[in-house]
Amino acid sequence: MNPSYLKVFLTFARNSLVRDMSFRFNFILTCFASVSWALMNFLLFKIIYQHTDSIGVDTGWHENEFFIFLGTIWIINSLIQTFFMANAEGFSEMIRTGSLDFALLKPIDTQFLISFPRINWAQIPNGLLGLSLVIYSLRALMNDSEKVISIGPVEWILYVFYIGCGVVVMYSVMIILASTSIWLGRNQNLHTFWFYITNFYRYPMEIYQKSGIGMALWGTFTFVIPILVVSNVPARILAQPLERGWYDWQSLYAIFAAAASLVVSRWVFKFALSSYRSASS
Amino acid sequence: MSQAIPVAEQSLSLMQRARIWWTFFQVAINERLVYRGDFMIGTLMRFLPTLTQIFLWWAIYDVVAQSGSDSIASYRYGDMVAYYLMVTIARAFSSMPGLTSGIANQVRNGEVKKFLIQPIDMQGCLLVQRIAHKLVYYLIATLPFALVFFLCRDFFIDGWPSTEVTIVFFASLILTFLLGFFMESAIGLISFWFLEVTSLTFIYMLMNFLLSGHMFPLELLPESPINVRGFVEFLPFKYLAYFPAAVFLGKVEGPEMYRGLAIEASWVLFFIIISRIMWIRGVKRYSGYGG
Repeated sequence: MNPSYLKVFLTFARNSLVRDMSFRFNFILTCFASVSWALMNFLLFKIIYQHTDSIGVDTGWHENEFFIFLGTIWIINSLIQTFFMANAEGFSEMIRTGSLDFALLKPIDTQFLISFPRINWAQIPNGLLGLSLVIYSLRALMNDSEKVISIGPVEWILYVFYIGCGVVVMYSVMIILASTSIWLGRNQNLHTFWFYITNFYRYPMEIYQKSGIGMALWGTFTFVIPILVVSNVPARILAQPLERGWYDWQSLYAIFAAAASLVVSRWVFKFALSSYRSASS
Repeated sequence: MSQAIPVAEQSLSLMQRARIWWTFFQVAINERLVYRGDFMIGTLMRFLPTLTQIFLWWAIYDVVAQSGSDSIASYRYGDMVAYYLMVTIARAFSSMPGLTSGIANQVRNGEVKKFLIQPIDMQGCLLVQRIAHKLVYYLIATLPFALVFFLCRDFFIDGWPSTEVTIVFFASLILTFLLGFFMESAIGLISFWFLEVTSLTFIYMLMNFLLSGHMFPLELLPESPINVRGFVEFLPFKYLAYFPAAVFLGKVEGPEMYRGLAIEASWVLFFIIISRIMWIRGVKRYSGYGG
């Protein structure tokens, strides 16, 4: 018996939409909240760029380039929060309350079942805002006569592809974090922990590439938890700081990182499930 | 029912009231000590964003240095990092997690009734609890804080400030605690009029984050064409994070510093009065049924 994964997914999406729409005021409020946090971040960098013309010497992250980077981050974040954040938290909660039993009994892949049931539509506007920021900054960059920048369909396809890779990596990190609740009993700090980790991928990696601690951070977040490449690679494809586009070893590495983290997260998830012993009764 | 409070409270001597508050204080202390392990790790984690700030500003100051300058709006690189560290301290005093929503919940589910029939003042009791929580927090957080500040000692270019400045700094920290408390409890008390204050709390949080100097020193704000900085300096939010840090780093000095302290004290007084009026008015409006 093979369930249609697409149909199940669409049902999840529809149910979530119905649910969001029944608390409309709350929905609008959540949209407003996430958009305003993003705008505040924007404001911070707008102010920083009043006082400097790039982040890092010779890194090429001038204002327009950097806002393409920022927009890319918003898009990835929005996708993660729309599809996975609530679900990862739900998963931790299921482990704590023991309702994971019911998920295990259903004739469908458990990881799929716990990864998608709740789609948080209110986080979509943030991604659209990110996309607008990317397009707006890209236009400004192309009108800048000093910059040589070439954006064709290939770059856009690669951009979308690498954003996909980024989402895969972030999803894997999140599932691994959530799976730890099986051993830790409860993982209330998932959200906080997530905030602290993502804190490192929000900046161009060049800022870490000096001094010992910086290189250690760069290495950790490139090779152990590969979150730096997922934000930097797609942003570089469009922003092209230093005329360096997608041709870089990191572009190849990002594909590998996405595949590897998916495999590892799958393995951790299965391993965690095998130590699951239900709660109560 | 609302008539009950003033009568009941008057009949208590100062000694008796002090004893009630002491009990609340002890209970709150014990409550907090239970989670001390979680706490220490949580406090250390709190400095992780500072780590990225250090690298971000390093990269920015490298660019600034190229144009022959060593500071942005009077902040050298060390000052900038020290500023973020000091803001963490100020925020440890002024942030009141769960205060607004706690008050709103008590009003909504009727728990607030217990303060109407018992001879205990709600705000007084919340304040005592908050002091207890904060004291435990500082007690436990001292270790991680000391570690981080020791590691970052070189960012404090001018070293420890003079005794005078230190005293003003500590005074501003105590005032920032009171300001945070009374400001947030005033927002919580709005729930006597609107049952749902989540959106208001959110707006407050946003304003706080943006205008208190939590994200960047207020000196970075533009003064022309519109004087944004002047406007932000006029609001009470800057005393929640910016002011204590700026005093410590010598960015506000002399008469300016004392003037700031006096304005901070006036804001505290203002919010004490506002929240008292709101409480008295709110209780008059309030009606509770059943048990």
